[in-house]
Amino acid sequence: MRKSSRIPNFRNLGIHLRVLLLHLCLLALLTVYDGQSGWSVSSWLNDLAQIGSQWLPPLLLVMGALTLAYPVINRWPYRLALMVIFLLAIGITALSAYGYQRWILPFTSAQYWQVMLLCVADVLVCLYYLDLLQRAYSPAIAEARLQALQARIRPHFLFNSLNAALSLIRSQPQRAETALEDMAELFRVLMADNRDLVPLSQEITLCQQYLNIEKLRLDERLQCDWQLEDIPPEVMIPPLILQPLLENAVYHGIEPQSQGGVVHIEIKPSGKSLLLRISNPLPPRSDKSGGNKMALKNIRERLRLHYDLEAQLRQYEADQRYIVEIVIPTRPLSEVMHG
Amino acid sequence: MASPRLLIVDDEPLARQRLRDLVGDVGGYEVAGEAANGVEAISILQEASVDIVLVDIRMPMMDGIELAQHLRGLSQPPKLIFTTAYDHYAVQAFELNAIDYLLKPIRSERLAAALAKAQPLQAAQSQALWPLQETHDHLSIHERGKVLLVPIADVLYLRAELKYVTVRTRDKSYLLETSLNQLEQIYAAQFVRIHRNALVARAAISGFEKQRISEGEEAGETAWVVLIKGIPETLLVSRRHQHVIKAT
Repeated sequence: MRKSSRIPNFRNLGIHLRVLLLHLCLLALLTVYDGQSGWSVSSWLNDLAQIGSQWLPPLLLVMGALTLAYPVINRWPYRLALMVIFLLAIGITALSAYGYQRWILPFTSAQYWQVMLLCVADVLVCLYYLDLLQRAYSPAIAEARLQALQARIRPHFLFNSLNAALSLIRSQPQRAETALEDMAELFRVLMADNRDLVPLSQEITLCQQYLNIEKLRLDERLQCDWQLEDIPPEVMIPPLILQPLLENAVYHGIEPQSQGGVVHIEIKPSGKSLLLRISNPLPPRSDKSGGNKMALKNIRERLRLHYDLEAQLRQYEADQRYIVEIVIPTRPLSEVMHG
Repeated sequence: MASPRLLIVDDEPLARQRLRDLVGDVGGYEVAGEAANGVEAISILQEASVDIVLVDIRMPMMDGIELAQHLRGLSQPPKLIFTTAYDHYAVQAFELNAIDYLLKPIRSERLAAALAKAQPLQAAQSQALWPLQETHDHLSIHERGKVLLVPIADVLYLRAELKYVTVRTRDKSYLLETSLNQLEQIYAAQFVRIHRNALVARAAISGFEKQRISEGEEAGETAWVVLIKGIPETLLVSRRHQHVIKAT
């Protein structure tokens, strides 16, 4: 599923922003010393603006071309893909340099070669930078996965549910069986390799099993309100994005209330994205424990690994409720893969 | 000899059921009642005589640790056994202070052993549990061996007087044997210090006024006082704490 994933995802806004920023820095470095005496910030900015206006059109053309070509390139072997990206960049720069000198300002041929040399260096630097970025991410994925595994289910939940199941064995053996089956499935998912995206429906089933177990313990104190509005079929989301949030909602929002409360779960499309919103009543006192932040940090990290800058996680309080919102892009699986 | 009477305190009905079953298995003990939180437990304990309390730590309204602190005020405090599913810090604190605890799911042999050697909570142990306490929603007033719970939300002000602290609610005032500093630390969010000897509930402040003082060291001078919602009394704001007036 993750073949040739070493090619940076050129359909990701984050990559484009990073490349643009890198160029700005490179150009700023390039123009910071122009060999003339009487250096000043204004002349530097002037130079930067001038060279930027020459550099930007070919750069945008290259990024545009890569965005279009990404699905094709992504299927090729790594080296071939790199070659193609390299040639594409050089080709487009050569063409635009030719166009520039033909219609706007004639170059000397020395200048022409200078530009091309700079361009080759630039492409190499960019590719090296993106490769570094990629490498920096890959150990993080393994680590995040491990961390996620450890942090995800509270031991509190495991032992309390085992205790609840045990107490049912004598009086209601069938309910005990269902509870243990739900727990088995929950833990199977928790212990699986959770790096790949899963269908949303799978995550929803998992969450329902989880809530069944909690309902066993908390009885009528826990009420759930699911609002699933025309969810596009086959939407893929990172696994265990929803479940830890529900666990938080129950742990911080329901358990401390003797009257209990309602957990709202709302999932709906919003534009080209999917909106997941979970809310729970605010706890009667400000909770001191840090578990909440831990789970949120974990989810934020995994969203970043999967979607870079394109997914969002927000948390806020409104109407005496604590609300967490996640927005994730709903594009075909092949395109959202990053790193 | 009558068998010892137990009280089971846990917010989860199934956990209470499980303990009831286990106590039955152990034999020789009688379950006198069940409570879903500390407040319920205290009201049962006022009425019925109970020898041992099995108390869960994490509960809404009043957690097990707060319950334990209040129970120490009873004339004949019951013996205590804590139960918990998993709480790293609690378990550590229990081990360090030799407080009896059971980890859920509980085994009947383990329960039998704990019941056999259960002890009332000692003063030193009670202090060790202090940092674990999550709920601080009630003050316990001890009157004639009984425990009176005053919800902290009802308290208008706390004033130190010699050995005691006066706890003033809308309708009554009580005496509490503690220090104002300790109360200030616990309830820093709800109360504000206005004088060396007084804390006022932030929610109870209706305004400030300049008044001529009629008694005490500074008689004759004018000073700021706090007006309190619901009662005609006022409290002096000392010069050192006048920044409070601007902040509220």
